[in-house]
Amino acid sequence: MNIERRKFDTLVIGAGGGGLRAALQMAQAEAKVAVVSKVFPTRSHTVAAQGGMNAALANVLPDNWHWHMYDTVKGSDYLGDQDAIEYMCRAASHLVVELEHAGVPFSRLDNGKIYQRAFGGQSQDFGGDQAARTCAAADRTGHAILHTLYQQNIRSKTHFFDEYFSIDLVKDDEGYILGAVVLNIETGEPLLIEAKTTLIATGGVGQLFRTNTNARINTGDGIAMTLRAGIPVQDMEFFQFHPTGIAGKGMLITEGVRGEGGYLINKDGERFMERYAPHAKDLASRDVVSRAIAIEVREGRGCGPEGDHVLLKLEHLGSDVIKKRLPGIRDMAMTFAHIDPIKEPIPVFPTAHYTMGGIPTNRYGQVVMPTEQSAEETIPGLYAVGECACVSVHGANRLGGNSLLDIVVFGRAAGNHIIDYLKENRTHRPMNESSVKAALARLERWDKKDEGENIDVLRQELQRVMEDYCSVFRTEEILADGVKKVKALIARLDNARLRDHSKVFNTARIEAFELENLMVLGLATVESALARKESRGAHSRIDYPDRDDKHWMKHSLYFEDGRVEYKPVRTKPLSVDSFPPKPRVY
Amino acid sequence: MRFLVYRYNPETDKYPHMQEYNVDGFDKGAMLLDALLRIKAEEDETLSFRHSCGEGVCGSDAMNINGRNGLSCITLLDALKEPVQIRPVPGLPVIRDLVVDMGKFYHQYRAVKPWLTVHDPEPETEYLQTPEQRDQLDGLYECILCGACSTSCPSFWWNPDKFRGPAALLQAWRFLADSRDQATAERLEDLEGAYRLFRCHSIMNCVDVCPKGLNPTKAIGNIKKMMLKHLV
Repeated sequence: MNIERRKFDTLVIGAGGGGLRAALQMAQAEAKVAVVSKVFPTRSHTVAAQGGMNAALANVLPDNWHWHMYDTVKGSDYLGDQDAIEYMCRAASHLVVELEHAGVPFSRLDNGKIYQRAFGGQSQDFGGDQAARTCAAADRTGHAILHTLYQQNIRSKTHFFDEYFSIDLVKDDEGYILGAVVLNIETGEPLLIEAKTTLIATGGVGQLFRTNTNARINTGDGIAMTLRAGIPVQDMEFFQFHPTGIAGKGMLITEGVRGEGGYLINKDGERFMERYAPHAKDLASRDVVSRAIAIEVREGRGCGPEGDHVLLKLEHLGSDVIKKRLPGIRDMAMTFAHIDPIKEPIPVFPTAHYTMGGIPTNRYGQVVMPTEQSAEETIPGLYAVGECACVSVHGANRLGGNSLLDIVVFGRAAGNHIIDYLKENRTHRPMNESSVKAALARLERWDKKDEGENIDVLRQELQRVMEDYCSVFRTEEILADGVKKVKALIARLDNARLRDHSKVFNTARIEAFELENLMVLGLATVESALARKESRGAHSRIDYPDRDDKHWMKHSLYFEDGRVEYKPVRTKPLSVDSFPPKPRVY
Repeated sequence: MRFLVYRYNPETDKYPHMQEYNVDGFDKGAMLLDALLRIKAEEDETLSFRHSCGEGVCGSDAMNINGRNGLSCITLLDALKEPVQIRPVPGLPVIRDLVVDMGKFYHQYRAVKPWLTVHDPEPETEYLQTPEQRDQLDGLYECILCGACSTSCPSFWWNPDKFRGPAALLQAWRFLADSRDQATAERLEDLEGAYRLFRCHSIMNCVDVCPKGLNPTKAIGNIKKMMLKHLV
């Protein structure tokens, strides 16, 4: 087939923190690494992470990894896999130090150590007093980490394919993943990258929802590619709504604001979180705080002329703390809410934020799926890390500060596993031309030149349907309608056409591919949500208000054909005792 | 509102031209990026520009707005004089419409070796750094590599292959100013000569346009001072 080809030991798709941490591990082991990203690496969405990264360094208050593990399991509403969670929490301190050595400009304490702040869902001694576990570089921690990882990668001579969009994975008849067909956005020409292993690190799918904290690039491309390759996606019904997006706009206001001492009030000036979480108050888990805000607004205690938001108060922290610890969110509030948080509270409302579900993996980042041989058979040559993956360390609800940790821990773990895999798999497998052809067919589909629907109209309708039918509170009836609506949109997608058929930097074409990815993942999300008849973490069913561990303490697996299967939660940690499910009270 | 937008598609156009669009009905507080997205969605799908986070953090959408470089996502429409003239950032080759080839800009960034270099063996814990030492990095590490500064700098326009430019030099100083870094001598030697550092003539366009409020001219001055001290 007439397509340009390149060969590398290993391919990384996505250049956020997960992809870059993995690439760094492999480049330092002298593997030939190609990193493909649809944007220049430092534009990846890790750059927007604000508050910080959890690790039990105990620089501010007593702490240890086991308490962190307890909080993460509880935060996950007992859907997190405890082997992976133990692994992550144990690795955390070492990996923060590693990042610091690599250059991350963490904020400092007077004794010169890394600054740590309080964040939601954190406790000392298994549910006791508030902990301070989140390592921060002011409120720009993601930016600091992403830039540092990029810098270390250029030092290690990682090969970057900047502004290349991944179309589809290439695989052979035995199920090995052989690389990917990608599109050079600048020239509009396809390229086949052959690799012995492929790591997907393409981030989440926040663009499913109209109001979200995510960048426009967060369209779940890697998750959708995996689904098209015949692999199911896990726990897609669990989508995190961050309690504090700027009302009506969606820009993220970090949980670090509440960690530094800020709190939420309703129209009566009441500090309402005291009613919902008497112990942790404003620093309860995100799902708990988001629901509380939604209830306040629904019951008529919202603020503003429309009564459609609550207020995040931080003036009392004083201008020094705000300027020193929260300079980025002050900028953001001034730019987008036109208020200075030193003087006035910020209007906030829950906003779509984080994809807990994704590509099912084990704690080495290997992609797994059920087969006749085993419940978790690995897909040879395929790895996934970060928000696109579901290890699952976040279960039904992610704790703030655990996503930057997740990408670094599992980026590194996958890198290490790939290095071992490469030792045993020294040669490239023969290319499977029919799989390449199938990927190229996705390009040709958009070459049709007749009249058809507008891509942006469909995207906006999808976002509205997801927001109206798959939001913070859900019921059977609403979700069933949602499934119908998304299916109707998918049917209309067939009739969508591009008006721009040029090649050079055709962003309309990229948006068309992204929309295809959003559509399949929108359906995966509502179908999985409809199937789960309980309330757990971020998935809150009014018609099934309780958690049902007997029937539902299991991961869902959604297949492209619409089937939903389940697999058990891994409740056995690596070395410590399991944390059995308990009522979740904050 | 009236917009005049620079258009160039190498597949069909021999020369660039300005195209007019009229779009109205924006919410109060709408940004220029909102207008560009509306134009692309409703009027003209062929208009190409980069954008992503929409909140001034990723640095994708630097462009020349009424003669001044800025980020479209944090530029209020209300503040703009009509017709709003939008062009690609100057000084770099145009790929298409508002999309420029940032290769030279990134090359200069890589050339200052923007990574922490430590020669001593690593301790088991973090390197200690006092809050005052860490304060030295404020105003430096926040750079988002949007390129607004370097592409508004006449010295960079003339010598993009030899002059590092304000963005890269800000990063050079970010590592020189880091109490943990041990490559001071190498970094300074790398910047010697007539071009790499000394093509800066303190025109200060960089300071004027930086969407994050950073001050590359001051950083360049600090490097010059350090170099002088290093020589004597």
